[in-house]
Amino acid sequence: MKTAIDTGTKQAIARLEQRAAAEGLLDVAYAHADSPFGPLLLAQTQRGLVRVGLPNQDQGELLVDLAARVSPRVLEAPTLLDEARRELDLYFEGKLDRFDLPLDWQLSGGFRQRVLRAIARIPYGETRSYTEMATKAGNERAVRAAGTACGSNPIPLVVPCHRVLRTGGALGGYGGGLPMKQALLELEGALDGRSST
Amino acid sequence: MTASLPPFQTLLDTYSADVMAVLRGAVGRDGADDCFQETFLAALRAYPNLEDARNLRGWLLTIAHRKAIDHHRAKGRKPIPVAEVTEAVEADVVSEPDHDLWAAVGALPPKQRAAVALRYGSDLPHAEIAAALGCSPEAARRSLHEGIKRLRKELA
Repeated sequence: MKTAIDTGTKQAIARLEQRAAAEGLLDVAYAHADSPFGPLLLAQTQRGLVRVGLPNQDQGELLVDLAARVSPRVLEAPTLLDEARRELDLYFEGKLDRFDLPLDWQLSGGFRQRVLRAIARIPYGETRSYTEMATKAGNERAVRAAGTACGSNPIPLVVPCHRVLRTGGALGGYGGGLPMKQALLELEGALDGRSST
Repeated sequence: MTASLPPFQTLLDTYSADVMAVLRGAVGRDGADDCFQETFLAALRAYPNLEDARNLRGWLLTIAHRKAIDHHRAKGRKPIPVAEVTEAVEADVVSEPDHDLWAAVGALPPKQRAAVALRYGSDLPHAEIAAALGCSPEAARRSLHEGIKRLRKELA
C-alpha cells in the first residue's frame, strides 16, 4: 500500500503536522513508544491522553477504532507525546510513582468511567480488589461489571488497572497478558510478601 | 459522517507521494511544498464531513489541483521586484533533466496542465483525471489531448 516517500515530502509532512496542531485540526495525535514489554501506542486529544495500546494489541486496529470513535483526524505527531513518553520511560525504570498527565475519559462512560477514575487513584505499589472498586464506583454488587471496566480500560499503565486483583490476591485478568501484570506489580513492589497466583 | 473513514495518517502514508508528484508537475518544486501544506490542511479541515470515502486519492488530487490553480493566480497577482527587467518569462519549475518539458507543461492553460500532470506525473487513468478536474472523462481526454498536442508543437 505504502508508496515510497522522498525526503522533501517527509519534511513537508513533518511541517504539516505542526501546522495542523497549531490550527487545532489535530483531533487525535499519536506516537509509538518503546517499553520493556514491547511497542506501545500512545494517543491523545486536545484534552489529554485518550488511549494507550499495549504490546499485544494491534496498533492499526486501535487507530481505526480511534478514527471511528473520537475523530478521523488522526495524525502521527511524536513530539506532542514527548511528555507522556518521558513519564512512561521513568515509570518502567522504577523512577516515577505518579503520572502527571491530563487524561481524556471520553472512551469510557457511566459506571465504567467511575470504576476507572477510582482505579486512577490507587497509589503506586498498592493493590485493591474488584469488589473494592465496585464499591468505590457506587455499586458494591457490580463486581463483574467492575471487572469488565478494568478489562476495557482504554488508558492502561497510566490508569493502573494492573493494581486490581481478585479478592484473596489472585491476579485476575489483564489486557496485556498476565505475565505483564505480574511484572508491573513486581516492579512496583506490590507483590512483596504475598502469593502471586 | 461516514463511519468508515480511515485515520487521516493513512491518507498521508498512502497518497502524499502522488500529491507531491502532481504538485511538482503543476507548479514546480519550490511552489509544491506550500501547495502540499495547503492541500492537506484543506483536506484535514473537510475530512470529518466527507461523505464518500470511496475515492480518497481522487478527492486529494482534486484539492491539489485547486491549490495549484490558486498558486498560479496568486503569483500572477504578486509581481516580484527585480533589479533588472528581462522580457523572458520563466515558468516556476525544476531544473531537472526534463526542465524544458516541465517548463512547457507549466506554461499550458490550467486544465490542460492539470490533465497532463495527473496523467504523466501521477499516472492517473482518464476517469480519475476527470474526477480530479470535476469534468467528464471525455472532457478530460480532450484537455489531455490538447495539452499534449501543444507540448509537441512547443518542443518540436
